[in-house]
Amino acid sequence: MPSWNSVRADFPTLHQLVNGKPLVYLDNAATTQKPQAVIDVLSRFYECDNANVHRGLHALSMRATDAYEGARARVARFVNAAAPEEIIFTRGTTESLNLVAASWGGANLKAGDVILLTEMEHHSNLVPWQLLAARTGAKLRYLPVTGDDGRLDLSQLDELLTAEVKVFAFTHLSNTLGTINPVAELCARAKRAGVVTVVDAAQSVGHLPIDVQALGCDFLAFSGHKMAAPTGIGVLYGRRVLLDAMPPWQGGGGMIAHVDFFESRWKPSPERFEAGTPNFGDAVALGAACDYLDALGRDQIRRHDGRLAQLAYEKLGALPGIRLLGPPDGERGGLVSFALRDVHAHDVVTFADRDGIALRGGHHCNQPLMKKLGLTGTARASFYLYNTEEEVDLLVGSLLGIQKFFG
Amino acid sequence: MSADLTELYQQVILDHNRRPRNRGRLPTANRVAHGDNPSCGDQCSVYLRLEGDRIADISFDGSGCAISQASSSLMTTQLKGKSAAEAESLYREFHAIVTTGNAPEEISDLAAFAGVHAFPARIKCATLGWHAALNALKGDAVPATTESHTD
Repeated sequence: MPSWNSVRADFPTLHQLVNGKPLVYLDNAATTQKPQAVIDVLSRFYECDNANVHRGLHALSMRATDAYEGARARVARFVNAAAPEEIIFTRGTTESLNLVAASWGGANLKAGDVILLTEMEHHSNLVPWQLLAARTGAKLRYLPVTGDDGRLDLSQLDELLTAEVKVFAFTHLSNTLGTINPVAELCARAKRAGVVTVVDAAQSVGHLPIDVQALGCDFLAFSGHKMAAPTGIGVLYGRRVLLDAMPPWQGGGGMIAHVDFFESRWKPSPERFEAGTPNFGDAVALGAACDYLDALGRDQIRRHDGRLAQLAYEKLGALPGIRLLGPPDGERGGLVSFALRDVHAHDVVTFADRDGIALRGGHHCNQPLMKKLGLTGTARASFYLYNTEEEVDLLVGSLLGIQKFFG
Repeated sequence: MSADLTELYQQVILDHNRRPRNRGRLPTANRVAHGDNPSCGDQCSVYLRLEGDRIADISFDGSGCAISQASSSLMTTQLKGKSAAEAESLYREFHAIVTTGNAPEEISDLAAFAGVHAFPARIKCATLGWHAALNALKGDAVPATTESHTD
Protein backbone atom coordinates (compact mmCIF):
# COMPACT_ATOMS: atom_id res chain seq x y z
CA MET A 1 0.00 0.00 0.00
CA PRO A 2 1.38 3.47 -0.83
CA SER A 3 2.51 5.66 2.03
CA TRP A 4 -0.11 8.37 1.69
CA ASN A 5 1.81 10.87 3.79
CA SER A 6 4.83 10.69 1.51
CA VAL A 7 2.46 11.18 -1.43
CA ARG A 8 1.63 14.64 -0.07
CA ALA A 9 5.25 15.65 -0.51
CA ASP A 10 4.87 15.08 -4.27
CA PHE A 11 2.41 17.98 -4.59
CA PRO A 12 4.02 21.42 -4.17
CA THR A 13 0.71 23.35 -4.12
CA LEU A 14 -0.41 21.64 -0.94
CA HIS A 15 2.36 23.09 1.17
CA GLN A 16 1.17 26.61 1.78
CA LEU A 17 -0.86 28.66 4.21
CA VAL A 18 -4.24 30.02 3.13
CA ASN A 19 -5.65 32.77 5.32
CA GLY A 20 -2.99 31.86 7.84
CA LYS A 21 -3.99 28.18 8.00
CA PRO A 22 -2.43 25.16 6.30
CA LEU A 23 -4.27 24.57 3.03
CA VAL A 24 -6.86 21.78 3.17
CA TYR A 25 -7.65 21.21 -0.49
CA LEU A 26 -11.06 19.52 -0.80
CA ASP A 27 -12.04 20.76 -4.26
CA ASN A 28 -10.60 17.88 -6.24
CA ALA A 29 -13.76 17.20 -8.21
CA ALA A 30 -13.26 20.65 -9.76
CA THR A 31 -9.57 20.11 -10.43
CA THR A 32 -6.79 18.17 -8.76
CA GLN A 33 -3.33 19.41 -7.82
CA LYS A 34 -0.34 18.30 -9.89
CA PRO A 35 2.58 16.20 -8.67
CA GLN A 36 6.12 17.51 -9.21
CA ALA A 37 6.77 14.56 -11.56
CA VAL A 38 4.10 15.81 -13.97
CA ILE A 39 5.23 19.45 -13.70
CA ASP A 40 8.80 18.32 -14.44
CA VAL A 41 7.81 16.36 -17.55
CA LEU A 42 5.88 19.38 -18.83
CA SER A 43 8.82 21.75 -18.19
CA ARG A 44 11.31 19.32 -19.67
CA PHE A 45 9.26 18.96 -22.83
CA TYR A 46 9.32 22.72 -23.40
CA GLU A 47 12.97 22.98 -22.38
CA CYS A 48 14.25 20.13 -24.58
CA ASP A 49 11.82 18.65 -27.11
CA ASN A 50 9.40 21.34 -28.22
CA ALA A 51 8.56 21.38 -31.94
CA ASN A 52 5.36 20.93 -33.90
CA VAL A 53 4.36 17.29 -34.22
CA HIS A 54 3.79 15.25 -37.39
CA ARG A 55 4.85 16.46 -40.84
CA GLY A 56 8.21 17.61 -39.42
CA LEU A 57 11.35 15.99 -40.74
CA HIS A 58 13.81 17.49 -38.28
CA ALA A 59 15.06 15.95 -35.07
CA LEU A 60 12.99 17.95 -32.60
CA SER A 61 9.78 17.46 -34.54
CA MET A 62 10.39 13.73 -34.65
CA ARG A 63 11.15 13.70 -30.93
CA ALA A 64 8.00 15.70 -30.15
CA THR A 65 5.95 13.39 -32.38
CA ASP A 66 7.31 10.34 -30.61
CA ALA A 67 6.48 11.89 -27.24
CA TYR A 68 2.96 12.84 -28.36
CA GLU A 69 2.19 9.46 -29.90
CA GLY A 70 3.82 7.79 -26.90
CA ALA A 71 1.38 9.67 -24.68
CA ARG A 72 -1.48 8.40 -26.83
CA ALA A 73 -0.30 4.82 -26.41
CA ARG A 74 0.12 5.43 -22.66
CA VAL A 75 -3.44 6.74 -22.33
CA ALA A 76 -4.71 3.77 -24.36
CA ARG A 77 -3.07 1.46 -21.80
CA PHE A 78 -4.46 3.57 -18.96
CA VAL A 79 -8.04 2.76 -19.98
CA ASN A 80 -7.22 -0.52 -21.76
CA ALA A 81 -8.31 0.63 -25.22
CA ALA A 82 -7.75 -1.96 -27.95
CA ALA A 83 -5.41 0.40 -29.86
CA PRO A 84 -3.88 3.88 -29.56
CA GLU A 85 -5.94 4.94 -32.61
CA GLU A 86 -9.01 4.77 -30.35
CA ILE A 87 -7.66 7.67 -28.26
CA ILE A 88 -8.44 11.18 -29.51
CA PHE A 89 -6.89 14.12 -27.70
CA THR A 90 -9.26 17.00 -26.97
CA ARG A 91 -9.32 20.02 -24.66
CA GLY A 92 -11.22 18.10 -22.01
CA THR A 93 -14.36 16.13 -21.20
CA THR A 94 -16.65 18.88 -22.46
CA GLU A 95 -14.98 18.98 -25.87
CA SER A 96 -14.94 15.17 -26.04
CA LEU A 97 -18.68 14.99 -25.40
CA ASN A 98 -19.36 17.77 -27.90
CA LEU A 99 -17.29 15.86 -30.45
CA VAL A 100 -19.36 12.69 -30.03
CA ALA A 101 -22.65 14.57 -30.09
CA ALA A 102 -21.71 16.67 -33.13
CA SER A 103 -19.93 14.05 -35.22
CA TRP A 104 -21.43 10.68 -34.31
CA GLY A 105 -24.77 12.23 -33.32
CA GLY A 106 -24.96 14.47 -36.39
CA ALA A 107 -24.35 11.50 -38.70
CA ASN A 108 -26.61 8.99 -36.93
CA LEU A 109 -29.59 10.82 -35.42
CA LYS A 110 -32.73 12.01 -37.15
CA ALA A 111 -36.10 13.45 -36.18
CA GLY A 112 -38.02 11.10 -33.91
CA ASP A 113 -34.92 9.39 -32.51
CA VAL A 114 -34.38 9.51 -28.78
CA ILE A 115 -31.30 10.46 -26.76
CA LEU A 116 -31.38 8.83 -23.32
CA LEU A 117 -29.58 10.70 -20.51
CA THR A 118 -29.82 10.50 -16.74
CA GLU A 119 -31.02 13.15 -14.30
CA MET A 120 -27.56 13.33 -12.70
CA GLU A 121 -25.64 14.56 -15.74
CA HIS A 122 -23.26 17.49 -15.57
CA HIS A 123 -24.26 20.31 -17.92
CA SER A 124 -21.43 19.16 -20.20
CA ASN A 125 -23.19 15.83 -20.80
CA LEU A 126 -26.54 17.51 -21.21
CA VAL A 127 -26.22 20.70 -23.24
CA PRO A 128 -24.35 19.10 -26.21
CA TRP A 129 -27.24 16.63 -26.50
CA GLN A 130 -29.79 19.43 -26.27
CA LEU A 131 -27.96 21.17 -29.13
CA LEU A 132 -27.98 17.93 -31.12
CA ALA A 133 -31.69 17.43 -30.42
CA ALA A 134 -32.45 20.95 -31.62
CA ARG A 135 -30.46 20.36 -34.80
CA THR A 136 -31.84 16.93 -35.69
CA GLY A 137 -35.33 16.89 -34.21
CA ALA A 138 -34.35 14.05 -31.88
CA LYS A 139 -35.94 13.96 -28.42
CA LEU A 140 -34.35 13.83 -24.97
CA ARG A 141 -35.40 11.30 -22.37
CA TYR A 142 -34.13 10.85 -18.80
CA LEU A 143 -33.46 7.91 -16.55
CA PRO A 144 -34.59 9.24 -13.14
CA VAL A 145 -32.55 9.64 -9.97
CA THR A 146 -34.32 8.06 -7.01
CA GLY A 147 -33.84 10.93 -4.53
CA ASP A 148 -31.28 12.09 -1.97
CA ASP A 149 -29.62 8.66 -2.01
CA GLY A 150 -28.59 9.53 -5.54
CA ARG A 151 -29.10 6.26 -7.34
CA LEU A 152 -30.32 5.75 -10.87
CA ASP A 153 -33.70 4.06 -11.00
CA LEU A 154 -32.49 0.99 -12.88
CA SER A 155 -35.95 -0.60 -12.68
CA GLN A 156 -37.06 1.87 -15.37
CA LEU A 157 -34.09 1.41 -17.70
CA ASP A 158 -35.33 -1.41 -19.91
CA GLU A 159 -38.67 0.23 -20.60
CA LEU A 160 -36.95 3.54 -21.41
CA LEU A 161 -34.64 1.78 -23.89
CA THR A 162 -37.26 1.69 -26.64
CA ALA A 163 -36.54 1.18 -30.33
CA GLU A 164 -36.33 4.97 -30.88
CA VAL A 165 -33.36 5.31 -28.50
CA LYS A 166 -30.11 5.59 -30.43
CA VAL A 167 -27.70 6.69 -27.72
CA PHE A 168 -27.46 6.48 -23.93
CA ALA A 169 -25.06 8.98 -22.33
CA PHE A 170 -24.38 8.85 -18.60
CA THR A 171 -21.84 9.68 -15.96
CA HIS A 172 -19.62 7.08 -14.35
CA LEU A 173 -19.26 9.03 -11.10
CA SER A 174 -21.62 11.90 -10.31
CA ASN A 175 -19.81 15.16 -9.47
CA THR A 176 -22.77 16.24 -7.35
CA LEU A 177 -23.92 13.06 -5.65
CA GLY A 178 -20.74 11.01 -5.52
CA THR A 179 -22.64 8.01 -6.90
CA ILE A 180 -20.64 5.42 -8.81
CA ASN A 181 -22.94 4.07 -11.49
CA PRO A 182 -22.81 0.41 -12.59
CA VAL A 183 -21.32 1.24 -16.00
CA ALA A 184 -20.83 -2.36 -17.18
CA GLU A 185 -24.45 -3.21 -16.41
CA LEU A 186 -25.78 -0.03 -18.04
CA CYS A 187 -23.69 -0.67 -21.16
CA ALA A 188 -24.78 -4.31 -21.35
CA ARG A 189 -28.45 -3.40 -21.12
CA ALA A 190 -28.04 -0.63 -23.70
CA LYS A 191 -26.17 -2.98 -26.01
CA ARG A 192 -28.96 -5.54 -25.84
CA ALA A 193 -31.26 -2.78 -27.05
CA GLY A 194 -28.84 -1.85 -29.84
CA VAL A 195 -28.07 1.51 -28.23
CA VAL A 196 -24.67 3.26 -28.42
CA THR A 197 -23.21 4.21 -25.01
CA VAL A 198 -21.29 7.36 -24.06
CA VAL A 199 -19.67 7.44 -20.61
CA ASP A 200 -18.63 10.67 -18.88
CA ALA A 201 -15.61 9.49 -16.87
CA ALA A 202 -14.37 12.95 -15.81
CA GLN A 203 -14.76 12.15 -12.09
CA SER A 204 -13.75 8.51 -12.21
CA VAL A 205 -10.77 7.96 -14.48
CA GLY A 206 -8.16 9.31 -12.07
CA HIS A 207 -9.80 7.71 -9.04
CA LEU A 208 -10.46 4.08 -9.93
CA PRO A 209 -9.33 1.45 -12.44
CA ILE A 210 -11.03 1.74 -15.84
CA ASP A 211 -11.05 -0.88 -18.56
CA VAL A 212 -13.16 0.30 -21.49
CA GLN A 213 -13.29 -3.18 -22.98
CA ALA A 214 -14.52 -4.74 -19.74
CA LEU A 215 -17.05 -1.92 -19.28
CA GLY A 216 -18.28 -2.47 -22.82
CA CYS A 217 -18.82 1.23 -23.58
CA ASP A 218 -18.68 2.69 -27.10
CA PHE A 219 -17.32 6.11 -26.10
CA LEU A 220 -15.69 7.38 -22.91
CA ALA A 221 -14.69 10.98 -22.19
CA PHE A 222 -12.37 12.47 -19.59
CA SER A 223 -10.13 15.42 -18.70
CA GLY A 224 -6.47 15.50 -17.73
CA HIS A 225 -6.80 18.17 -15.08
CA LYS A 226 -9.02 16.07 -12.81
CA MET A 227 -6.37 13.32 -12.76
CA ALA A 228 -3.18 15.18 -11.79
CA ALA A 229 -2.41 16.36 -15.35
CA PRO A 230 -2.54 19.90 -16.77
CA THR A 231 -5.68 21.74 -17.88
CA GLY A 232 -6.45 21.97 -21.58
CA ILE A 233 -5.94 18.31 -22.40
CA GLY A 234 -8.60 15.63 -22.44
CA VAL A 235 -9.50 12.40 -24.15
CA LEU A 236 -12.25 10.84 -26.15
CA TYR A 237 -12.03 7.08 -26.34
CA GLY A 238 -14.13 5.57 -29.11
CA ARG A 239 -14.42 2.07 -30.52
CA ARG A 240 -12.48 1.96 -33.77
CA VAL A 241 -15.37 0.78 -35.91
CA LEU A 242 -17.50 3.73 -34.78
CA LEU A 243 -14.72 6.31 -35.13
CA ASP A 244 -13.90 5.17 -38.66
CA ALA A 245 -17.47 5.77 -39.76
CA MET A 246 -17.70 9.25 -38.22
CA PRO A 247 -17.29 12.48 -40.20
CA PRO A 248 -14.74 15.09 -39.05
CA TRP A 249 -16.13 17.69 -36.70
CA GLN A 250 -13.51 20.39 -37.28
CA GLY A 251 -11.52 20.95 -40.44
CA GLY A 252 -7.93 22.06 -40.72
CA GLY A 253 -4.36 20.90 -40.97
CA GLY A 254 -3.39 17.51 -39.64
CA MET A 255 -6.68 15.79 -40.32
CA ILE A 256 -6.62 15.62 -44.13
CA ALA A 257 -5.42 12.93 -46.50
CA HIS A 258 -5.81 15.12 -49.57
CA VAL A 259 -7.12 18.63 -50.16
CA ASP A 260 -8.38 20.05 -53.41
CA PHE A 261 -9.97 23.44 -54.01
CA PHE A 262 -13.45 21.96 -53.83
CA GLU A 263 -13.18 18.80 -51.78
CA SER A 264 -10.94 16.95 -49.38
CA ARG A 265 -10.44 13.48 -48.00
CA TRP A 266 -9.82 12.71 -44.37
CA LYS A 267 -7.26 10.72 -42.50
CA PRO A 268 -8.51 7.89 -40.29
CA SER A 269 -8.90 8.25 -36.53
CA PRO A 270 -7.37 9.73 -34.46
CA GLU A 271 -5.97 12.39 -36.83
CA ARG A 272 -9.37 12.91 -38.44
CA PHE A 273 -10.59 14.41 -35.17
CA GLU A 274 -7.50 16.45 -34.31
CA ALA A 275 -7.56 19.37 -36.73
CA GLY A 276 -4.88 21.99 -36.19
CA THR A 277 -1.80 21.83 -34.00
CA PRO A 278 -2.73 19.56 -31.11
CA ASN A 279 -1.91 20.27 -27.48
CA PHE A 280 1.09 17.95 -27.48
CA GLY A 281 2.89 19.50 -24.49
CA ASP A 282 -0.02 18.82 -22.15
CA ALA A 283 -0.63 15.42 -23.76
CA VAL A 284 2.91 14.39 -22.84
CA ALA A 285 2.27 15.57 -19.27
CA LEU A 286 -0.99 13.58 -19.25
CA GLY A 287 1.04 10.49 -20.10
CA ALA A 288 3.25 11.27 -17.09
CA ALA A 289 0.14 11.58 -14.90
CA CYS A 290 -0.95 8.09 -16.05
CA ASP A 291 2.47 6.79 -14.96
CA TYR A 292 2.20 8.57 -11.61
CA LEU A 293 -1.30 7.26 -10.82
CA ASP A 294 -0.61 3.71 -11.99
CA ALA A 295 2.56 3.56 -9.89
CA LEU A 296 0.38 4.19 -6.83
CA GLY A 297 -2.38 1.95 -8.16
CA ARG A 298 -5.83 3.25 -8.94
CA ASP A 299 -7.38 0.45 -6.90
CA GLN A 300 -5.44 1.88 -3.91
CA ILE A 301 -6.51 5.45 -4.77
CA ARG A 302 -10.12 4.29 -4.96
CA ARG A 303 -9.79 2.68 -1.53
CA HIS A 304 -8.10 5.79 -0.08
CA ASP A 305 -10.41 8.57 -1.26
CA GLY A 306 -13.46 6.34 -1.00
CA ARG A 307 -12.61 5.71 2.66
CA LEU A 308 -12.15 9.44 3.33
CA ALA A 309 -15.50 10.23 1.70
CA GLN A 310 -17.19 7.50 3.73
CA LEU A 311 -15.63 8.86 6.91
CA ALA A 312 -16.74 12.38 6.00
CA TYR A 313 -20.25 11.11 5.23
CA GLU A 314 -20.48 9.51 8.67
CA LYS A 315 -18.97 12.41 10.62
CA LEU A 316 -20.94 15.09 8.76
CA GLY A 317 -24.09 13.02 9.29
CA ALA A 318 -23.74 13.66 13.03
CA LEU A 319 -24.10 17.43 12.57
CA PRO A 320 -27.55 18.85 13.35
CA GLY A 321 -29.67 20.01 10.41
CA ILE A 322 -27.43 18.60 7.70
CA ARG A 323 -28.75 17.01 4.52
CA LEU A 324 -26.35 14.61 2.83
CA LEU A 325 -26.64 13.63 -0.80
CA GLY A 326 -25.62 10.43 -2.53
CA PRO A 327 -25.50 6.77 -1.58
CA PRO A 328 -24.75 6.03 2.09
CA ASP A 329 -22.59 3.01 1.28
CA GLY A 330 -19.93 1.58 -0.99
CA GLU A 331 -21.30 2.93 -4.27
CA ARG A 332 -19.86 6.33 -3.27
CA GLY A 333 -16.77 7.80 -4.89
CA GLY A 334 -14.43 10.25 -3.20
CA LEU A 335 -16.80 13.13 -2.54
CA VAL A 336 -19.59 14.25 -0.23
CA SER A 337 -22.19 16.87 -1.09
CA PHE A 338 -24.24 18.42 1.69
CA ALA A 339 -26.63 21.21 2.60
CA LEU A 340 -26.88 22.82 6.03
CA ARG A 341 -30.44 23.71 6.98
CA ASP A 342 -29.78 27.29 8.02
CA VAL A 343 -26.65 28.20 6.08
CA HIS A 344 -26.43 28.66 2.34
CA ALA A 345 -23.65 26.79 0.52
CA HIS A 346 -21.83 29.99 -0.45
CA ASP A 347 -21.67 31.13 3.14
CA VAL A 348 -20.31 27.69 4.06
CA VAL A 349 -17.60 27.99 1.41
CA THR A 350 -16.61 31.51 2.47
CA PHE A 351 -16.32 30.47 6.12
CA ALA A 352 -14.41 27.27 5.34
CA ASP A 353 -12.00 29.26 3.18
CA ARG A 354 -11.11 31.39 6.20
CA ASP A 355 -10.10 28.12 7.88
CA GLY A 356 -7.87 27.32 4.91
CA ILE A 357 -10.35 24.73 3.58
CA ALA A 358 -11.14 24.78 -0.14
CA LEU A 359 -14.70 23.57 -0.83
CA ARG A 360 -17.08 24.18 -3.67
CA GLY A 361 -20.61 25.45 -3.27
CA GLY A 362 -23.48 25.91 -5.67
CA HIS A 363 -25.32 23.87 -8.25
CA HIS A 364 -22.17 22.04 -9.47
CA CYS A 365 -23.27 22.41 -13.11
CA ASN A 366 -26.25 20.25 -12.22
CA GLN A 367 -29.14 22.72 -12.10
CA PRO A 368 -31.95 20.36 -13.20
CA LEU A 369 -31.00 17.80 -10.53
CA MET A 370 -30.83 20.51 -7.83
CA LYS A 371 -34.29 21.67 -8.84
CA LYS A 372 -35.64 18.11 -8.70
CA LEU A 373 -34.20 17.61 -5.21
CA GLY A 374 -35.60 20.98 -4.10
CA LEU A 375 -32.16 22.44 -3.46
CA THR A 376 -30.61 25.70 -4.63
CA GLY A 377 -27.14 24.34 -4.10
CA THR A 378 -24.90 22.26 -1.89
CA ALA A 379 -21.41 22.48 -0.49
CA ARG A 380 -19.10 19.73 -1.67
CA ALA A 381 -15.95 18.21 -0.20
CA SER A 382 -14.08 16.11 -2.75
CA PHE A 383 -11.03 14.04 -1.88
CA TYR A 384 -7.99 12.74 -3.66
CA LEU A 385 -4.94 10.64 -2.96
CA TYR A 386 -3.19 13.33 -0.90
CA ASN A 387 -6.03 14.06 1.52
CA THR A 388 -5.99 12.76 5.09
CA GLU A 389 -8.31 11.76 7.92
CA GLU A 390 -7.11 14.83 9.85
CA GLU A 391 -8.45 16.98 7.03
CA VAL A 392 -11.88 15.36 7.42
CA ASP A 393 -11.79 16.35 11.10
CA LEU A 394 -10.74 19.91 10.21
CA LEU A 395 -13.72 20.11 7.85
CA VAL A 396 -16.13 18.91 10.53
CA GLY A 397 -14.65 21.39 13.01
CA SER A 398 -15.02 24.24 10.57
CA LEU A 399 -18.65 23.34 9.88
CA LEU A 400 -19.39 23.23 13.62
CA GLY A 401 -18.00 26.77 13.86
CA ILE A 402 -20.18 27.89 10.96
CA GLN A 403 -23.31 26.39 12.52
CA LYS A 404 -22.51 28.06 15.83
CA PHE A 405 -22.08 31.43 14.12
CA PHE A 406 -25.35 31.22 12.20
CA GLY A 407 -27.22 29.31 14.96
CA MET B 1 -13.58 33.55 13.83
CA SER B 2 -11.42 35.84 11.72
CA ALA B 3 -11.94 39.60 11.89
CA ASP B 4 -12.87 40.09 8.24
CA LEU B 5 -15.54 37.38 8.53
CA THR B 6 -17.24 39.09 11.44
CA GLU B 7 -16.89 42.30 9.44
CA LEU B 8 -18.64 40.58 6.49
CA TYR B 9 -21.37 38.88 8.47
CA GLN B 10 -22.48 41.84 10.60
CA GLN B 11 -25.38 41.47 13.03
CA VAL B 12 -27.59 43.53 10.72
CA ILE B 13 -26.90 41.09 7.89
CA LEU B 14 -27.46 38.00 10.02
CA ASP B 15 -30.68 39.50 11.30
CA HIS B 16 -32.03 40.26 7.81
CA ASN B 17 -30.95 36.79 6.66
CA ARG B 18 -32.80 35.15 9.54
CA ARG B 19 -35.86 37.35 9.41
CA PRO B 20 -36.12 38.78 5.91
CA ARG B 21 -38.34 41.87 5.57
CA ASN B 22 -40.85 42.29 2.74
CA ARG B 23 -40.30 38.79 1.51
CA GLY B 24 -42.76 37.15 -0.84
CA ARG B 25 -44.73 38.11 -3.90
CA LEU B 26 -46.41 41.54 -3.69
CA PRO B 27 -50.01 41.02 -4.85
CA THR B 28 -50.46 44.68 -5.79
CA ALA B 29 -47.19 44.93 -7.77
CA ASN B 30 -47.29 46.64 -11.16
CA ARG B 31 -43.63 46.05 -11.92
CA VAL B 32 -41.54 42.94 -11.49
CA ALA B 33 -38.02 41.97 -12.48
CA HIS B 34 -36.01 38.85 -11.97
CA GLY B 35 -32.29 38.67 -11.30
CA ASP B 36 -30.03 35.67 -11.35
CA ASN B 37 -26.43 34.87 -10.82
CA PRO B 38 -25.66 32.05 -13.27
CA SER B 39 -22.33 31.15 -11.73
CA CYS B 40 -23.79 30.32 -8.32
CA GLY B 41 -27.49 29.87 -8.96
CA ASP B 42 -28.71 32.71 -6.71
CA GLN B 43 -32.08 34.08 -7.75
CA CYS B 44 -34.04 37.14 -6.79
CA SER B 45 -37.34 38.59 -7.94
CA VAL B 46 -38.27 42.13 -6.98
CA TYR B 47 -41.88 43.31 -7.00
CA LEU B 48 -42.76 47.00 -7.06
CA ARG B 49 -45.92 49.01 -6.86
CA LEU B 50 -45.08 52.26 -8.53
CA GLU B 51 -47.41 55.17 -7.91
CA GLY B 52 -46.32 57.92 -10.24
CA ASP B 53 -42.59 58.05 -9.85
CA ARG B 54 -42.63 56.72 -6.31
CA ILE B 55 -42.11 53.18 -4.98
CA ALA B 56 -45.29 52.81 -2.93
CA ASP B 57 -44.52 49.23 -1.99
CA ILE B 58 -41.79 46.70 -2.63
CA SER B 59 -41.02 43.06 -1.91
CA PHE B 60 -38.54 40.41 -2.96
CA ASP B 61 -38.43 36.68 -3.32
CA GLY B 62 -35.79 34.14 -4.21
CA SER B 63 -32.98 32.08 -2.84
CA GLY B 64 -29.35 32.62 -2.18
CA CYS B 65 -26.61 33.13 0.38
CA ALA B 66 -26.90 35.22 3.53
CA ILE B 67 -25.33 38.20 1.78
CA SER B 68 -27.76 38.22 -1.15
CA GLN B 69 -30.81 37.55 1.01
CA ALA B 70 -29.93 40.17 3.62
CA SER B 71 -29.02 42.70 0.98
CA SER B 72 -32.33 42.26 -0.85
CA SER B 73 -34.24 42.42 2.42
CA LEU B 74 -32.49 45.56 3.61
CA MET B 75 -32.85 47.12 0.18
CA THR B 76 -36.65 46.79 0.33
CA THR B 77 -36.71 48.69 3.62
CA GLN B 78 -34.56 51.45 2.11
CA LEU B 79 -36.39 51.83 -1.20
CA LYS B 80 -39.94 52.05 0.06
CA GLY B 81 -41.21 55.58 -0.61
CA LYS B 82 -38.27 56.56 -2.79
CA SER B 83 -38.46 57.97 -6.31
CA ALA B 84 -36.71 56.22 -9.19
CA ALA B 85 -33.95 58.84 -9.18
CA GLU B 86 -33.47 58.49 -5.41
CA ALA B 87 -33.32 54.71 -5.76
CA GLU B 88 -30.60 54.94 -8.39
CA SER B 89 -28.61 57.37 -6.32
CA LEU B 90 -28.92 55.08 -3.29
CA TYR B 91 -27.71 52.16 -5.38
CA ARG B 92 -24.65 54.15 -6.47
CA GLU B 93 -23.83 54.81 -2.81
CA PHE B 94 -24.40 51.15 -1.93
CA HIS B 95 -22.19 50.04 -4.82
CA ALA B 96 -19.43 52.35 -3.60
CA ILE B 97 -19.73 50.87 -0.10
CA VAL B 98 -19.43 47.24 -1.20
CA THR B 99 -16.60 47.92 -3.64
CA THR B 100 -14.50 50.30 -1.50
CA GLY B 101 -15.46 49.39 2.05
CA ASN B 102 -15.96 53.09 2.85
CA ALA B 103 -19.38 54.07 4.11
CA PRO B 104 -20.52 57.61 4.88
CA GLU B 105 -21.86 57.73 8.43
CA GLU B 106 -25.31 59.02 7.55
CA ILE B 107 -26.08 56.07 5.30
CA SER B 108 -27.67 53.88 7.98
CA ASP B 109 -27.82 50.10 7.84
CA LEU B 110 -26.43 49.85 4.32
CA ALA B 111 -23.03 50.51 5.88
CA ALA B 112 -23.22 46.98 7.29
CA PHE B 113 -22.24 45.77 3.82
CA ALA B 114 -18.86 47.53 3.88
CA GLY B 115 -17.21 44.21 4.82
CA VAL B 116 -18.15 42.76 1.43
CA HIS B 117 -15.34 44.66 -0.28
CA ALA B 118 -12.79 42.28 1.27
CA PHE B 119 -14.56 39.39 -0.54
CA PRO B 120 -14.65 40.41 -4.21
CA ALA B 121 -16.38 37.17 -5.22
CA ARG B 122 -19.34 38.16 -3.00
CA ILE B 123 -19.95 41.67 -4.38
CA LYS B 124 -22.34 40.25 -6.96
CA CYS B 125 -24.29 38.57 -4.15
CA ALA B 126 -24.80 41.93 -2.47
CA THR B 127 -25.89 43.70 -5.66
CA LEU B 128 -28.18 41.04 -7.16
CA GLY B 129 -31.40 42.35 -5.61
CA TRP B 130 -30.50 45.92 -6.47
CA HIS B 131 -29.99 45.07 -10.14
CA ALA B 132 -33.41 43.43 -10.20
CA ALA B 133 -35.01 46.45 -8.47
CA LEU B 134 -33.47 48.94 -10.90
CA ASN B 135 -34.59 46.81 -13.84
CA ALA B 136 -38.09 46.69 -12.40
CA LEU B 137 -38.06 50.48 -12.13
CA LYS B 138 -37.05 50.77 -15.77
CA GLY B 139 -39.88 48.42 -16.67
CA ASP B 140 -37.19 46.23 -18.10
CA ALA B 141 -38.59 42.80 -18.89
CA VAL B 142 -35.14 41.32 -19.38
CA PRO B 143 -33.89 39.38 -16.34
CA ALA B 144 -31.05 41.08 -14.51
CA THR B 145 -27.91 39.01 -14.48
CA THR B 146 -24.87 39.82 -12.46
CA GLU B 147 -22.71 38.45 -15.27
CA SER B 148 -23.50 41.41 -17.49
CA HIS B 149 -22.71 44.03 -14.87
CA THR B 150 -19.30 45.29 -13.97
CA ASP B 151 -19.51 45.12 -10.20
